[in-house]
Amino acid sequence: MSASITAGWNSEVRKVLIDPLITTNPITFQILGICSALAVTGSLKSALLMSLALTTVTAFSNMFISMVRTQIPNSIRIIVQMTIIASLVIIVDQVLTAYAFDTAKKLSVFIGLIITNCIVMGRAEAYAMQNPPVMSFLDGVGQGLGYSLILISLAIVRELFGAGTLMGVPILEVVSKGGWYVPNGLLLLPPSAFFLIGLMIWAIRTKYPAQQEKADFRIHDKQALGHR
Amino acid sequence: MEALLSLFVKAVFIENMALTFFLGMCTFIAISKKIETAIGLGIAVVIVQTITLPVNNLVFNLLKENALIEGVDLRFLGLISYIAVIAAIVQILEMFLDRYVPALYQALGVYLPLITVNCAILGGTLFMVQRDYTFVESVVYGVGSGFSWMLAIVILAGVRERLKYSDVPAGLQGLGIIFITVGLMSLGFMSFSGIQL
Repeated sequence: MSASITAGWNSEVRKVLIDPLITTNPITFQILGICSALAVTGSLKSALLMSLALTTVTAFSNMFISMVRTQIPNSIRIIVQMTIIASLVIIVDQVLTAYAFDTAKKLSVFIGLIITNCIVMGRAEAYAMQNPPVMSFLDGVGQGLGYSLILISLAIVRELFGAGTLMGVPILEVVSKGGWYVPNGLLLLPPSAFFLIGLMIWAIRTKYPAQQEKADFRIHDKQALGHR
Repeated sequence: MEALLSLFVKAVFIENMALTFFLGMCTFIAISKKIETAIGLGIAVVIVQTITLPVNNLVFNLLKENALIEGVDLRFLGLISYIAVIAAIVQILEMFLDRYVPALYQALGVYLPLITVNCAILGGTLFMVQRDYTFVESVVYGVGSGFSWMLAIVILAGVRERLKYSDVPAGLQGLGIIFITVGLMSLGFMSFSGIQL
């Protein structure tokens, strides 16, 4: 048993844990779970809380769905998955309202919206329905971490340059408080998250050209024009 | 009446589901290549939103303290009840359309079941609960928020139909440029936020 786990650690476990960080990232590559990535990244604190909530839900929903995967009739599997996910989200919601009330209030509807977050459903369908519970749990953790990585880096950029603070602690002294930094207000507005994710996708796809999408139309042959 | 009208305008422009709250982004980006399909999906969202919001409003009132069982607060069951109501209504609507309006059913196709996991629908319900809308307000908010989402996806589809003829850098092609386009659209819609109603 232990031998198989150590043997598996090198290939399979690493694949489900490390790959989703950059190469198969749920947000930039699979286009899943974008809604919350845009809306909660205005401050680092809410991004951290959201990442924690989503990672917990994805990991446990993957595990529980994988446990009952052989018992679920194919025709009602979506409802079963939905019930498991919704129950987990209710638990997370109740815990957060009990222990982190202020931040949970700021996240408002987005904790509840984890139910319809495509990452959770997507992984349940794509991974947990075919794989054993432990691996599914790790897959959930890996996907959650990939999501968290994007969320946290977005939040750091937006809060640091938009308000000069991190976790509410002043890092760059802003002009209004007698410092030198003029905060970029655009970064606090929601549209900036779109620009930042767009640029992030550009960077990742320049590094991994295999992910680039083909254009529908070719405007002109740049090479041929250059040689004319 | 005036209050309801301003609620509608607010839901469509100032609090646009897709461009101000970024709800339903997955389908918003995945199914906005053509204007026709965008309109089809948009209509489906408007219909589902208009039905589910008032129904969930009734469910919400049932779950309030002392409503169903004396002395018991059932509000923690909210999330699971709303999503069950949404899934059930989408399923019923699908069967109803298949039986009585086959043409529309054919046109909507796979988009109907997809609506269950569209966060704009659940988001609308959660906003309605958070703001404690009355039944009539929830009907108006349902139509308005559904329409706001439809408006946004049709605009994006129009932009994307043009975008495919433009020369985009290789890494930005596809998803990247869509994000930047939606960002610019959202920036445009931000200008409505100053309107006082």
